[in-house]
Amino acid sequence: MQTLYLLVPLAPLLGALIAGLFGRYIGTTWSHRVTISLVFVSLIASIIIFMDVLDGNVFNGSVYTWLVTGGTTFEIGFLIDQLSATMMVVVSLVSLMVHIYTIGYMKGDPGYQRFFSYISLFTFSMMMLVMANNFLQLFFGWEAVGLVSYLLIGFWYKRPTAIYANMKAFLVNRVGDFGFLLGIALVLMYFGSLDYATVFTQASGMASETIELIPGMTWLVITVICILLFVGAMGKSAQFPLHVWLPDSMEGPTPISALIHAATMVTAGIFMVARMSPLFELSDTALSVILVIGGITTLSMALVAVVQNDIKRVVAYSTLSQLGYMTVALGASAYSAAIFHLMTHAFFKAVLFLGAGSVIIAMHHEQNMQKMGGLKKYMPITYWTMFIAAVASAGVPGFSGFFSKDAIIEAVGFANIPGAGFAYYCVLITVFVTALYTFRLIFMTFHGKPRMDAHTKEHLHESPWVVTLPLVLLAIPTIGAGWFIGPMVFGDYFGSAIHVLPQHDAIEKLGAEFTGVFGMMVHALSTAPFWLSVAGIFTAWYLYTVKTDIPGKIKSRCGPIYTLLDRKYYIDEFYSWLFAGGTRALGTVLWKYGDIKLIDGFFVNGAARVVAWTAMLVRRFQTGYIYHYAFTMIVGVVAILTLWLYQF
Amino acid sequence: MLFGFPLLSLIIWLPIMVGVAVFATGGDRNAQLARWIAFVGSILGFLVAIPLYTGFDSTASAMQFVEHRAWIERFNINYHLGVDGISMPLILLNCFITPLVVIAGWKVIQERVSQYMGAFLVMSGIVNGVFSSLDAILFYVFWEASLIPMFLIIGIWGGPNRVYAAIKFFLYTLLGSLLMLVAFIYLYQTSGGSFSIEDYHQLPIAFTPQILIFIAFLLAFAVKVPMWPVHTWLPDAHVEAPTGGSVLLAAILLKLGGYGFLRFSMPITPDASEYLAGMMIALSLIAVVYIGLIALMQVDMKKLIAYSSVAHMGFVTLGFFLFNAYGVEGAMVQMISHGFISAAMFLCVGILYDRLHSRQIADYGGVVNKMPVFAAFFMLFAMANAGLPGTSGFVGEFMVIMGAVKVNFWYAFLAATTLIFGAAYTLWMYKRVIFGEVASPAVEALEDISRREFALLAILAIAVLWIGVYPYPITEVMHTTVDNLLIHVSQSKL
Repeated sequence: MQTLYLLVPLAPLLGALIAGLFGRYIGTTWSHRVTISLVFVSLIASIIIFMDVLDGNVFNGSVYTWLVTGGTTFEIGFLIDQLSATMMVVVSLVSLMVHIYTIGYMKGDPGYQRFFSYISLFTFSMMMLVMANNFLQLFFGWEAVGLVSYLLIGFWYKRPTAIYANMKAFLVNRVGDFGFLLGIALVLMYFGSLDYATVFTQASGMASETIELIPGMTWLVITVICILLFVGAMGKSAQFPLHVWLPDSMEGPTPISALIHAATMVTAGIFMVARMSPLFELSDTALSVILVIGGITTLSMALVAVVQNDIKRVVAYSTLSQLGYMTVALGASAYSAAIFHLMTHAFFKAVLFLGAGSVIIAMHHEQNMQKMGGLKKYMPITYWTMFIAAVASAGVPGFSGFFSKDAIIEAVGFANIPGAGFAYYCVLITVFVTALYTFRLIFMTFHGKPRMDAHTKEHLHESPWVVTLPLVLLAIPTIGAGWFIGPMVFGDYFGSAIHVLPQHDAIEKLGAEFTGVFGMMVHALSTAPFWLSVAGIFTAWYLYTVKTDIPGKIKSRCGPIYTLLDRKYYIDEFYSWLFAGGTRALGTVLWKYGDIKLIDGFFVNGAARVVAWTAMLVRRFQTGYIYHYAFTMIVGVVAILTLWLYQF
Repeated sequence: MLFGFPLLSLIIWLPIMVGVAVFATGGDRNAQLARWIAFVGSILGFLVAIPLYTGFDSTASAMQFVEHRAWIERFNINYHLGVDGISMPLILLNCFITPLVVIAGWKVIQERVSQYMGAFLVMSGIVNGVFSSLDAILFYVFWEASLIPMFLIIGIWGGPNRVYAAIKFFLYTLLGSLLMLVAFIYLYQTSGGSFSIEDYHQLPIAFTPQILIFIAFLLAFAVKVPMWPVHTWLPDAHVEAPTGGSVLLAAILLKLGGYGFLRFSMPITPDASEYLAGMMIALSLIAVVYIGLIALMQVDMKKLIAYSSVAHMGFVTLGFFLFNAYGVEGAMVQMISHGFISAAMFLCVGILYDRLHSRQIADYGGVVNKMPVFAAFFMLFAMANAGLPGTSGFVGEFMVIMGAVKVNFWYAFLAATTLIFGAAYTLWMYKRVIFGEVASPAVEALEDISRREFALLAILAIAVLWIGVYPYPITEVMHTTVDNLLIHVSQSKL
């Protein structure tokens, strides 16, 4: 079994190396054959391991010793439990689908082999992240997925927007990692180890330890650690105010938007917090912060999605908002619900993205929904799979998104720590907004009159099977995955992998009322989220198929609000003014005045000038003329004689 | 000592002798011969250093491979050599880098080839001497001697402003080390006539003299490292130096300063070190933050990497003065890692410079279109420079940050800003140089790297990745020495 554990990350790594180093020799076909089969191996291994974990075989062990220093041993190792096994299956499954999809999407691209190498490398990195049994390896995987994300956003390196977006993504993530690394450093300092098991067993004993970071202000150590770790999660999972990189990441090819920037990598932050539940449970303050941040992200990003016209951007903002849902769930201590939503979201969002990609291919790389419309009859498979995903996303009972989202909303309603009320209203309102923007996308793209030019319209056709097959395969869990909510969320599926304190246990209370999936659906009919969702879909239908002139009127009536949303609250402008501009100005001042003027100009060259000036003075005495020397000599003799005479 | 064989002497004098032999090949009509002798000599220099690692006993606390002969008996100056877990890895690093700089100058240097190649070999031997001397005067001789080849390398084969840079380099570093000599003479007097560094370690010294000695050493070592604010010679020296010179300067010569702190300042004046640790940490953190910001604004690639070197070396001095094992070992790892990464970065810039004869970032753009293999290597090294886990650049920074947080959270906070600044200046440069559309006809005419260049970068890439993935063996040889040093430093000498 342990060989199998190794196989899960190493098979994709091997694929990445082969496609990356020898891609130009083995050609495009063999590159995708090799990488796809190796990711398939990884999937099969993950499923076997998953089954094994279901039988109760949890593994925690090291692979090799990375470093020994200061009496601490840092190891690379795996922790295979219900949480990591679930993630492994989700990651390898979505990854495999995206690999297959890529054959169609990237056909003819000059960087074909490179692309396969990158996405296999990503699979390796993500596996290292989720399988880690210690903070160090977690951080390795964390930054490695960031690297691959950087490489893939900038995949089309000739586009100025792409190479701006990838740098932005990396740097914003680095801001998160900055907090994350400090959190890890504090963990090491207080727990003397970075091994999960060691840290978690000591956690409760550390609960009342305090730290004084600013003189006169004491905080709980656990609170500081958790908030710093969460800063990392905010970067990776794109939570407000570190969310700015994710919409821009859409500059990358669509398959990676689906794989990395929707289904897997961006959920790493959610996964991390769930993994650290024994720590986060001990700090109500940190949980409150998480709730508020999640609530803000959920609602504010959903609102932006409503005014976007770029099909990928709509889905991107939708991802931000859905990540907010997961974050809120974490804050409400509903970790299992968060992971469950992570899983259902991975499926329906992958479908939405891959479907959007399919549309984009058909439209000859046109992404503006205002130039689409009526695609339904040309692209039936794409339409129906996306429709299913949209229904799931809007939270219609029976589809996967409904179960996970409803569980989150209910759990937040039960939570009683500060911030829960705020978060509850955010997620509730967002249900309406989600349904509105998702179906706005569906109606604008697939219904109504075609608005594209004649040439594009002539060439409209359904995408090839390598594109539609992953859509269909992913649509299955989009419908069905929600039905496992009983065991996964309310049962003891996660066992000891997730730790919840009794006073936080909203899921426990929910579980007491849970009477099976049908009971949950029936119950939903009498609650607000269902009707909000229906209202959202109806509004979208009315505005974008019946009275299509209304949106324009709303836009002109509510000018300032529209502009505010359209400009994404001016956060990008503010950041580029304050941070990019500020550091550059500061750097210039330090360079021109600190280094050039002060240190070099005043001290270094100044010292040289003083020497030169002294030398020039002294040089005057060495003119080389005998009469100068003779005169000086006479003056000297006279002076000495005078002194000598008057002294006695 | 391995079977009584004077290994350290061989490691010092073999490269110097080969260097002399290279000089003897004379004018440029024998250039090819000079190159090959230099290459074979540098490889031999690396091979003879391998027994140093294999024969090293990492559990022993005493100096190893010791050689001791009288040199100037009247003043009790001895030819006294030996290595421990601090100096041995640095000698290996030096012997590893020497063949690389020889290969790096293979095609580019077409004038005075024998002098160029010879200078690097002589330099290699001298630096090994610095790292293995256990006699203060012997150390001082090697220390000052190391200035000469570098002065010539910059002054003869450098860029248009080479004379200013060479003189600035020479005077800056020379002035710094003069006070060190004064300190040695003082210590000679106090110790009752000994120049043995190990005697100095045990010598009780009163507080005020300790402070003065510490400052005398500080001037010498801080200039070499270089620490803020005596760093301004470095960007000029790098900009004007030929590629090989920059590589040597960044990879090896900066380490002399770091080594000095561990060998002299901390063990000889432990109380002063502890007393002034706050100042040292402050200077180091200024180097990390202030220099990081300056690096961001550079328009010249070599200057940018030079400033980035100063920022990375800030981690070295920061680690030392935390007085814990994470910090000191992290700083050691950082020195070695910086040796590889800065070497690789300067080689990358050198490769571009050889083709386009410009170091200005603005003259490039879209290089990846023409040099994909090069761009891949450069990406790896840029990421290593930004401290990505899995590369050697992460290991040292990680260890130092872990050590810093134990002393004070805010030290770690400021040090960790390198995660942001380091990534910002490196990736911004990378973006402007490598990505985008082909920027000019000159870029259009670029050719990807040759096999020779590929080999150079591949060797460094393996080293960078190897340390990143498995740093265990490197730190393993340091533990005993570092632990002893920390115990020694914690005991007052007053």
